[in-house]
Amino acid sequence: MSADSLKRTPLYDKHQSLGARLVPFAGWEMPIQYQGISAEHQAVRERAGLFDVSHMGELELTGDKALELVNSLITNDIARAHNGQATYTCCCNERGTILDDLIVYRRAENDILVVCNASNRAKIAAHFAAHARGVCDFRDISDQTALLALQGPKALGILARAGVSLDLSTLKSFRFAHGTVAGVACIVARTGYTGEDGVELFCAWNDAPALWDTLLEAGQADGIEPIGLGARDTLRLDARLSLYGNEIDETTNPLEAGLSWVVKLDKPDFIGKKALIEAKERGLTRTLVGFEMTGRGIARHGYPLLDQTGSPCGVCTSGGPSPTLGKNIGLGYVPLALGAVGAELLVDCRGKQIPARVVKTPFYKRK
Amino acid sequence: MASPKEVKDDRKYTKDHEWARTEGAELVVGITAFAVDALGDITLVSLDVKVGDTVQAGKAFGTIESVKTLSDLFAPVSGKVTRINGALEDSPEIINEDCWSKGWMIAIAPDAGPSELLDPAAYADHLSHSDH
Repeated sequence: MSADSLKRTPLYDKHQSLGARLVPFAGWEMPIQYQGISAEHQAVRERAGLFDVSHMGELELTGDKALELVNSLITNDIARAHNGQATYTCCCNERGTILDDLIVYRRAENDILVVCNASNRAKIAAHFAAHARGVCDFRDISDQTALLALQGPKALGILARAGVSLDLSTLKSFRFAHGTVAGVACIVARTGYTGEDGVELFCAWNDAPALWDTLLEAGQADGIEPIGLGARDTLRLDARLSLYGNEIDETTNPLEAGLSWVVKLDKPDFIGKKALIEAKERGLTRTLVGFEMTGRGIARHGYPLLDQTGSPCGVCTSGGPSPTLGKNIGLGYVPLALGAVGAELLVDCRGKQIPARVVKTPFYKRK
Repeated sequence: MASPKEVKDDRKYTKDHEWARTEGAELVVGITAFAVDALGDITLVSLDVKVGDTVQAGKAFGTIESVKTLSDLFAPVSGKVTRINGALEDSPEIINEDCWSKGWMIAIAPDAGPSELLDPAAYADHLSHSDH
């Protein structure tokens, strides 16, 4: 894709003036880093970071049958959620493999907001629109909706200092509410993709620059930093959060990806249910594990994983140095027999066989 | 860290952003500030050669990895490896701190013959057309 056909978020000028390195990502021109991935990663772990994730897709489904319709397209069960609760889920096809991973916000039974990956927006919007036809109203509001993530141990204090209309002490993890932040109308959600506490703020496209500036200013004393997609990736890997296109895609099912906790096989019919029941009955053949390099090498997305005899047995889905842990870590699919903590593997790092060991995940868990 | 477009006058360059500086009969090889800036925090240097091995101009002699990515290291000239910088094995971040001097990677006794390296002006011109 040529640079001039890339889309820009409302914060493009902010990124430029902050000296960000901008790269194409899922059709968008996005900041990969500002001061550097390691420093940004540590800022989020120790203080706070502000992310522009306005490229994400937002879909709105409204009407009497909205909840039922959305529930028929996802593996988790939002009938069990409360209004004001966000639910992480997979969205599968009939084969039980993953079209996308989503966060579904239940505003009311007849008012559901679905957030999907930028890379899957066209596919997921078409999928939801097709199934909503004649059942409930569907709107793709991605182009009117900006999304900022404020993450890190200082995030909630900074939000309070910026002036928020909500009582943050009652906003529990994966809950959200409508309110204002520094006078800007927002959905404030206690969600994120970093393994830290924090919030994600949905606001109108044109309100994003003012909100961005206000948060950076309110967080200055706490050492807030703008954070690019590079550190977003290393942070989520530490926390063992899946990335679509790496850990999960249309060739993987949620059970082998370690996401069975978002698959509710006892709820009414949903797309992929039959295939997932069959997969469960057949038994899994492979599982997603976390590993740590014990030799000198860095596993990367797509590198083959080998058993101890050197025979190929799986693939690394994500890997790299963890700035928090000071270790080279990775995720990958291996046969069940090699999936236990402590199992020894080899990673084929461009022809060199480097030893690694399966470890407990998440690699990093906040205290 | 140095400015990414910095060019030193005392050495020659490849289009892949390696530098080569003559020291007696040797050519000392490293990577430029532009390359370091593109890589970010360097976490691993893997040299595929040892002293006495031969390298070929334009062929990889190792890899360098940062938090985000991996990049090949290309030999600027053909010749025999005379020294390698062992300090990089435990402290690859030396390259971030000082890519022009302490962060050198290998030294080569070059074969005779013409070299196709860029002089500082030509490399500066190459940089002016390069973007990350």
